[in-house]
Amino acid sequence: MILNSPLDEKTVRSLNLGETVYIKGPIITGRDEMHKRALEKVRAGEDVPDEIFNSVLYHCGPIMVQRGEKWLPVAAGPTTSARMNDLEPEMIERFGIRAIIGKGGMSKKVAEAMEKYGCVYLAAVGGTAVSLAEGLGESTGSEWNDLGMAEAMWKFNAERLGPLIVAMDAGGGDLYEDVRRKLKR
Amino acid sequence: MIKLPEPLEDVVFNLLKASNTKLPSDVGWALEAAAGWESDQTAYSQLGAIMDNVRKAEFLSRPMCQDTGIPVFYVKGRFDSSIIGEIERGLARATKEIPLRPNTVDPLTRENYGNNLGEGMPVVHFSPTDDEFVEITVMPKGAGSENMTRLVMLNPSDGVEGVKKAITDAVLEAGGRPCPPGIVGVGIGGTSEKCISMAKEALLIPVGGDNPDPVLREIEEDVFVKLNESGLGPMGLGGRTTVLGVRVKKAACHTASLPVAVSIGCWANRRATARITSEKVEYTQGAFR
Repeated sequence: MILNSPLDEKTVRSLNLGETVYIKGPIITGRDEMHKRALEKVRAGEDVPDEIFNSVLYHCGPIMVQRGEKWLPVAAGPTTSARMNDLEPEMIERFGIRAIIGKGGMSKKVAEAMEKYGCVYLAAVGGTAVSLAEGLGESTGSEWNDLGMAEAMWKFNAERLGPLIVAMDAGGGDLYEDVRRKLKR
Repeated sequence: MIKLPEPLEDVVFNLLKASNTKLPSDVGWALEAAAGWESDQTAYSQLGAIMDNVRKAEFLSRPMCQDTGIPVFYVKGRFDSSIIGEIERGLARATKEIPLRPNTVDPLTRENYGNNLGEGMPVVHFSPTDDEFVEITVMPKGAGSENMTRLVMLNPSDGVEGVKKAITDAVLEAGGRPCPPGIVGVGIGGTSEKCISMAKEALLIPVGGDNPDPVLREIEEDVFVKLNESGLGPMGLGGRTTVLGVRVKKAACHTASLPVAVSIGCWANRRATARITSEKVEYTQGAFR
């Protein structure tokens, strides 16, 4: 199924655990430093880029190359989402993030924020960076480039990013937790 | 230093290019084999996405993963101190030209060096020998898997069963974070730092071959079966494919110690080696005999 970004709350809440989806439309990237900066600014009442609001936020630090005026992703797979566990609930609350794309899943606190405000976690296949870069297409801009290539906020108008698996839904469902509970040791 | 047929800087560049764009064939075969007996639909489609990506990366000559990691270098044979400068130049050029992601930062200010060098970098392990060649190996290691590295100092009485449990615990607690299915590198014995080094070096041993030490082989096989029966699966989302291989190295240790280190390699278990003689340069992504 193809989901058109920006996503509304109704669409997000209708997604089922384990479903495979692709995203078409605006996506931003953000890792540790982007999360820190966005929250510092919004807490201080300063402006943040509009694209963060109601966004599809991709935990990704891409390799980008410049071709003429354009910036293209060469490799753009997901990074480990758990590093953003402490910052994500406030991101979801303040910016109304509708979908997080990453790998490895997130904490119970993040799941609670996702349920409360209407957000899903979509698992990209870790390391499939060339395929995912193709799905993003050329960048439409970037912010906070002083953070470095990996940590800057890159903006895309994705052509068809995926496959992505609904791994944490907006109803508290968590595929990672289900797998962990059933682990044979 | 032996007389070299081409600048080492170029060899280092070639190694970084090969290792980042082309998956070693033993790992590729292990992925294919895993897909053959994977019965979980989500797991199977993820393995398919991984193999698609591997083919695209090789065909387009692009890094298979955006996390081109911190490259760890191993230098063996006959060499002198000039090799450090050659490695640095090759790495800085590869970062710009392949390109690799500039990953090295100051640990506290988090300021990026921009060229994958920086204080104490790159990491190079040296083993001088009297051979008439120099061998350079590179292992680009991403942070997702590196962050899951574990060292445990067991009690000697924990024995082989304790060692096995330490390994399976490390992998299962890491869950989906190190991008399974990968290789599990294990060090047993030595001192603490020697143990961690062995665990990482074990990731250089191709999967598939038998460990010549029967005790270590039994540990490798037993842990392999246990982990693949655990249900963790690719990316921690369930399935029968959790690891592609387990490789163990050991060294003597203190009578009061039993160190065990686990270094997890993601599915993109990248490596490449060059053997340079006065006449030619040979490359492999497995191991020279």
